[in-house]
Amino acid sequence: MNMTSKIDIKHLNLFYGDKQALFNVSLKIPAFQTTALIGPSGCGKSSFLRCLNRMNDIVPHARMEGKVLLDREDIYAPSVDVVELRTRVGMVFQKPNPFPRSIYENVAYGPRIHALFKRKSELDEIVEVSLKRAALWEEIKDRLHQPATRLSGGQQQRLCIARAIAVNPEVILMDEPCSALDPIATAKVEELIDELREKFTLIIVTHNLQQAARVSQQTAFFHSGYLVETGETGALFTMPQDEKTQGYITGRYG
Amino acid sequence: MNQHIVKAYDEELETLHRLIHQMGELTLEQIQKAMDSLVGRDEKLAHGVIEHDYEINHLETRIDELSIRILALRQPVASDLRTVVAALKIANQVERIADYASNIAKRTLMLTDYPPSLLMEDLSSLVKKPTEMLKKALLAFATYDVNLALRVWHMDREVDEQYNAYLLQLFDIMIASPQNISPSTHLLFAAKNIERIGDQSSNIAEAVYTMVMGKPFKESELS
Repeated sequence: MNMTSKIDIKHLNLFYGDKQALFNVSLKIPAFQTTALIGPSGCGKSSFLRCLNRMNDIVPHARMEGKVLLDREDIYAPSVDVVELRTRVGMVFQKPNPFPRSIYENVAYGPRIHALFKRKSELDEIVEVSLKRAALWEEIKDRLHQPATRLSGGQQQRLCIARAIAVNPEVILMDEPCSALDPIATAKVEELIDELREKFTLIIVTHNLQQAARVSQQTAFFHSGYLVETGETGALFTMPQDEKTQGYITGRYG
Repeated sequence: MNQHIVKAYDEELETLHRLIHQMGELTLEQIQKAMDSLVGRDEKLAHGVIEHDYEINHLETRIDELSIRILALRQPVASDLRTVVAALKIANQVERIADYASNIAKRTLMLTDYPPSLLMEDLSSLVKKPTEMLKKALLAFATYDVNLALRVWHMDREVDEQYNAYLLQLFDIMIASPQNISPSTHLLFAAKNIERIGDQSSNIAEAVYTMVMGKPFKESELS
């Protein structure tokens, strides 16, 4: 793929204590595209995702080798401020996890702690724009100050996406963002992922192969801690080059 | 290839292969009978061929339905997807070939009004190569044999050459006597149908190529 790389991962090895979870993974994440990470449970795809905004820092005994370059700068360099890194590389989790506050406060939280505005009217605007980008605004604009926990699962997940984009990140990591959602809510999030691609670079971990095929432009297949195959999504799902990929995506025994 | 974790999926794909095989065997039989009816001036046999065409149409419908069902329920990808798409195309092409057999049988019914000629018998050697192409193309599909598919594709040129040579013979006869024009025209259509069997078999070979290689068949890419 002849695109600018937003993130360039080079020879990444990850260990949890004595156990090695990732083996010499190198991958380029193209800017303004969605990259899907697929593979069986325990293959390392979520561990890999968490290396991209240093979420593994907080895991005891986790140790990483190799480089993760965001816009050609090493995110593991000593000078990097991890909090600032995570505003640039946001994350959405498997289960929607809104704070037990109002809808408004959920989205306003990030801009507040990062002091991204001067006047209240600016914050209002950030909240509105974020909720609009997350395709939630029309549904909740009349009840911004109600508790976020009253929203449906699908709405909560889109709220979490709004919260992630409120701090104006460059990259959004999504770890199984639709696994707790029904098909309609899933379709809305998938449509949203497609729209977000205009402004952000997205990386999504999913167990749902059809979802990977639907939302991504690049797909990476992980197996037992190794990156087996990466390719343009259409090509990977019609003519995979590796037998392991073929076996996994067609649902065959390995 | 390894088996699917879901057994029913394997069974459906096997059924698809079995139906294509069955359709191919029936069609080969139809071609043989149509040619026998023409050369042997056997109207009863010709009627039999025409009447049995529906069986092949029915098999094509079953292949279509099963393919659509697999696409809807299994959402096949990679080699499975390529197999289902190839099966859909090939079923359509075999159905066309069966129509040609039926058309040849229709010519038999018209030619019995005319005296026998050596050119009628020549048609049975003209049909040999296209029939072989069909057999091999179907075998290539069953065994995912891309080299065999390519050999089939190359055979079509020989079929075209034989067809053109046959046409020249027909023209000579027509020029020699206007009385020959009517029976020769029927033979010409029969020969055209035979030549089309070669074309369609060549299309089946192309579908097999795409199924195995995962890319469209392009003549320019052949070495």
